[in-house]
Amino acid sequence: MKLQEYTASAHNFEECMKCTICTAYCPVVPVNPRYPGPKQAGPDGERLRLKDPYFFNQALKYCLNCKRCEVVCPSGVKVADIIQSARMRYDHTPPRLRDRLLANTDFMGSLARPFAPIVNGVTGLGITKTVLDVTMAIDRHRTFPKYSGRSFERWLKRRAKEQARFPKQVAYFHGCYANYNYPQLGKDFVKVMNALGIGVQLLEKEKCCGVALIANGMSQKAARNAGHNVQALQKAVDAGLTVLTTSSTCTMTLRDEYPELLKVDNASVRDSIILATRYIYQLIESGAAQLRFKENYRARIAYHTPCHLEKLGWGIFSYELLKMIPGVEFTLLDSNCCGISGTYGFKKENYEASQAIGKPLFDQIRSVNPDFVACDCETCKWQLEMSTGYTVKNPISILADALEN
Amino acid sequence: MKRNEYDVIIVGGGITGAGTARDCAMRGLRVLLIERHDIATGATGRNHGLLHSGARYAVTDQESASECIRENMILRRIASHCVDETDGFFITLPEDDLNYQAKFVESCLAAGINAEIVDPKEALRMEPSMNPDLIGAVKVPDGSVDPFRLCAANMLDAKLHGAQVLLYTEVTGFIKDGDRIQGIRTYNHQTHKSGEYYAPVTVNAAGIWGQHIAELAGVKIGMFPAKGALLIFAHRVNGIVINRCRKPANADILVPGDTVCVIGTTSTKIPFEECDNVQVTPDEVNLLIEEGAKLAPALASTRILRAYAGVRPLVSADNDPSGRNISRGIVCLDHETRDGLKGFVTITGGKLMTYRLMAEMATDLVCQKLAVDKACGTAETPLPGAGGKNFREVAEKIWENPTTVQKAAVGRLGMAAARMQSSDSLSQSLVCECEEVSVGEINSAIERLDVSGLTDLRRRTRVGMGTCQGELCGCRAAGLLAKAHGCADRAREDLKAFMTERWKGMYPIGWGDALREAEYTQWVYKHVLGV
Repeated sequence: MKLQEYTASAHNFEECMKCTICTAYCPVVPVNPRYPGPKQAGPDGERLRLKDPYFFNQALKYCLNCKRCEVVCPSGVKVADIIQSARMRYDHTPPRLRDRLLANTDFMGSLARPFAPIVNGVTGLGITKTVLDVTMAIDRHRTFPKYSGRSFERWLKRRAKEQARFPKQVAYFHGCYANYNYPQLGKDFVKVMNALGIGVQLLEKEKCCGVALIANGMSQKAARNAGHNVQALQKAVDAGLTVLTTSSTCTMTLRDEYPELLKVDNASVRDSIILATRYIYQLIESGAAQLRFKENYRARIAYHTPCHLEKLGWGIFSYELLKMIPGVEFTLLDSNCCGISGTYGFKKENYEASQAIGKPLFDQIRSVNPDFVACDCETCKWQLEMSTGYTVKNPISILADALEN
Repeated sequence: MKRNEYDVIIVGGGITGAGTARDCAMRGLRVLLIERHDIATGATGRNHGLLHSGARYAVTDQESASECIRENMILRRIASHCVDETDGFFITLPEDDLNYQAKFVESCLAAGINAEIVDPKEALRMEPSMNPDLIGAVKVPDGSVDPFRLCAANMLDAKLHGAQVLLYTEVTGFIKDGDRIQGIRTYNHQTHKSGEYYAPVTVNAAGIWGQHIAELAGVKIGMFPAKGALLIFAHRVNGIVINRCRKPANADILVPGDTVCVIGTTSTKIPFEECDNVQVTPDEVNLLIEEGAKLAPALASTRILRAYAGVRPLVSADNDPSGRNISRGIVCLDHETRDGLKGFVTITGGKLMTYRLMAEMATDLVCQKLAVDKACGTAETPLPGAGGKNFREVAEKIWENPTTVQKAAVGRLGMAAARMQSSDSLSQSLVCECEEVSVGEINSAIERLDVSGLTDLRRRTRVGMGTCQGELCGCRAAGLLAKAHGCADRAREDLKAFMTERWKGMYPIGWGDALREAEYTQWVYKHVLGV
C-alpha cells in the first residue's frame, strides 16, 4: 500500500500543531490587544484567507516581523513569513508618504548625504520633530539617525588599490546604515579584516537589501532590489569571494527573506553571505588567523542579541568574539526584543507598544550598568540609545577599538 | 385537541425530513418531527456538500440533471448563506476520451445547464490547483453547500412556523387501527421515557433507515445501501469544484467547502445491518488519494484531516424486489395505493440537492390526504439567515467594521449572525481557534438550535471541525455547555464521547501531521487537562 509518504506540502502552515507557543513568545501580544497573535494571524488566518481574501485582517500590520515565532516553533512553521506574505498578497492599500520615506533608506541616504550637516541639524530640532509627528505621524520621541557627509563606498573606492594588495579577499555588503549614516562601521570592518590579512572589496553596485520596503508594503520594489543584489552577489561569488556583512537584519533579508518572501532565488549565493563576526570567529577558532588586542583594553560590555540574529542562530559568534578580548567584562542580556523593529517603532501608532516591548531590556541594561552595549543591529542601537542613554556599538567596532595598533 | 395530536408526523431529521417539516408547517399543518439521533447524522451530513449543477448526471440521467439545476438555482436564492457559488470544472485528462466532452456539453445544455468549454490554459489560470496535464475543461454552475447549516435552517424555519421537533427520540412502533396508521410509539434516549403521538398521516423520511421504519409499519421497501467514503483535506486546495469529464466513477469530485476541501467518493454495496456502523478502509483511503491527486496533484502531499463514510439511500424502483432497477431519482410512495396501508407515506431516494423538491412532493401527497389546498411556497421563501449578495455584504450590513470572528460567523449563519452576542470581549473571545467560533456564537446555537451535546454543537457551528480537531476547543465548548445545562458531569462525559468521535475520523488517516496532532491532543487532554 502506498499512502502519502509525507504530508509536507507547499502550505507549510499545515504543520502547525496549535501548541500556541508562538503566541506565548510574541513580543507584541502582551502590549497590543489589537494584534491577534502569530498563530491566529499566521497558520489559522491562512486557512480562512484561502477560503476568502475578505478574511485578511489589517491588524497583521502590527506584526514586528521579529521572527521570534519562527525561532520557537517546534514544527518549523514559518509563521512570520506567512503573515508577511499575507500582507503582500492581500493588502492593496497604497503605502502613505511617511512609509515611503521611511522605507526608501538608500534613496533618502543619497538625498541627505550632500547636505548632511543641515539635515542632521534640522532633524534634531524639536520643532522638526513636532512637525513630523503632526503631519506625518512619525513619533516625536524618536531621534533620526544622523547622515554622514561622505559615503563609505566613496571612502573605500579611494582605497581599492591598497585593499587589492592583500593576498586574501572578501566582498562587503555594507548596507545603507554603514554607507550613509555611519561609515565608521565600514571603516572599522576594513581595519579588522586588514588585521587578519584580508582585503575588502565592494559589490558591483549594491542596493538596499529591501527589508524596510517589505515592512512598508513596497514588496515589488524590494523584489527588484533583491534581483539586482543577487546578480551583484553572484558576480562576487563567481570570483571566489565570500560576502561579509555587519548588519544582522540585512543578512537575514539577503539569505532568508529573498527566497521565502520575495520569491527571488538566491540558492547559489546564500551560503556565501555571512555575518562578519561568524566568519572571523571561525577563522580564529580554526587557527587560520589571529587578532592581537591591546593589553590595557578594559570594558564592561552587555551584549543584546537582535531578533534577526536569533533567527539566524548566529548571536553566539558575535559574543564569543567579544569574550576573546582580554579585559572585557561580559554580560549576555536576556533574549528580549528591543521593540523598534526597523521603521515600525518610528510610526506614531506603534510608539507605545514599541517602548513597552523593550522595557524589560531597558531595565536590565540599566541594572547591569555596562560601559556600553554591544549589538549587531543598527535599529536596535537607535532604540537602546534613545531609551536607555547608553552607547551601543557594533561588535566589529569594538574589535577595531581593541586591536593593537 | 390533545397535546400529542398533530396533522402530520415526520420520521427522520435529515435534510428530507427537515425540508418536509418546513413545507408542511408553512402550509399550516401541525407538524411533529421525530429523529433518533441529531439532525443531519445520516447521509445528509456525510456527503461532499456539493451544490450539483446536474452536469454529473446530464449524460446518463436527464431527469435528475434538470431537477438538479432547477434546485441549484432555487437554493442560491433561498439558502444563500449555506451556498458558496464557486462554479465547477469538468476536466478531461490525457487518459480520458476528449470526444466525451462534446456529448457532455450537449447533454448539459439540453438539461438547461449552462456548460461552457474553457481553454485548458485559461481554466488553469482560473483554478491553478488543477492537474496541469488537462486537455479539456468545461465550466458549469456547480457550487458547494453546507448540509448541516441547510438542515438546521430548515429545521429552524419549521419551528418558526409552529412545528415541534423531538431529537434523540426513536420510533419503536406504530399505532394502527386496522389498515390505517394512527400514530407512533417512541422512546427518548435522553430522558429514557416512552411516548405516543397521533396524526392522520406519518411521513417516513428516514433515509436508508426508512426500510426499518417501513417494516415497523408493516410494509416492505427494498433499500440498497451503498457506502461512499470521503476524505477531508485541511485547507482549501481549490477554489472551484473539480470533476472528471467522463462517466461518473470513484473519487472524481473535489469540492471546496468552508475552510476545507473534500474528495470523494467510493461506492460499495454493504449489508443493511452495517448501516449504523460504516468504516473507511485503507484501500478506500488509498483510492481516494490516488484518484484525487489526478484532479489536483497537490492532494498527494496535503494534510488530511479525517475520513468519513455515508450510506446512500438507494431504493429499487417500485415493485422490483430484485433490485436490478435501482434508481437515484426521487421515490415518493403512497402506501395506501401501493400496499393498502392508509396514513403512511415514504419519501426517499433523491439527493441532498433535490431535498426541497422531495419535500414538496411528500407535502403535496400529505395535503391531498388531509384535503388541504395550499400551494408550496418553499421555492420562493428564503430560509432564516439567507439574504445579501455575499457574506462580505452581509457582514458589513450588520457591523461597521466586522472582526474576523464576526466575518466567520456571517459565513456560517448569514443574516442570523446579527442575533448572536458579539459586543463585549467575552462573547467575542474564541472557543474554536481554527474555525473562529466565538463564545457568542456557541451560546446563540445552544439557545436557538436544539443543542444537547458537543457533537450537536459541531454540526451547527463547526466547533472541532478545523485542523486541531477539538484539541483546543473541545474543553472550552464543554465548559459553555456545562454552564448552559447546569451539569459538569454530563459535560465531561460528553467531552469524552466527542473526542473519541473526532479520533474515529482521524484513525484511517493516522500518519504525518494528523498523527502528530492527535498525539499532541492526547497529551493535552491527559496530562494538562487531566481528563
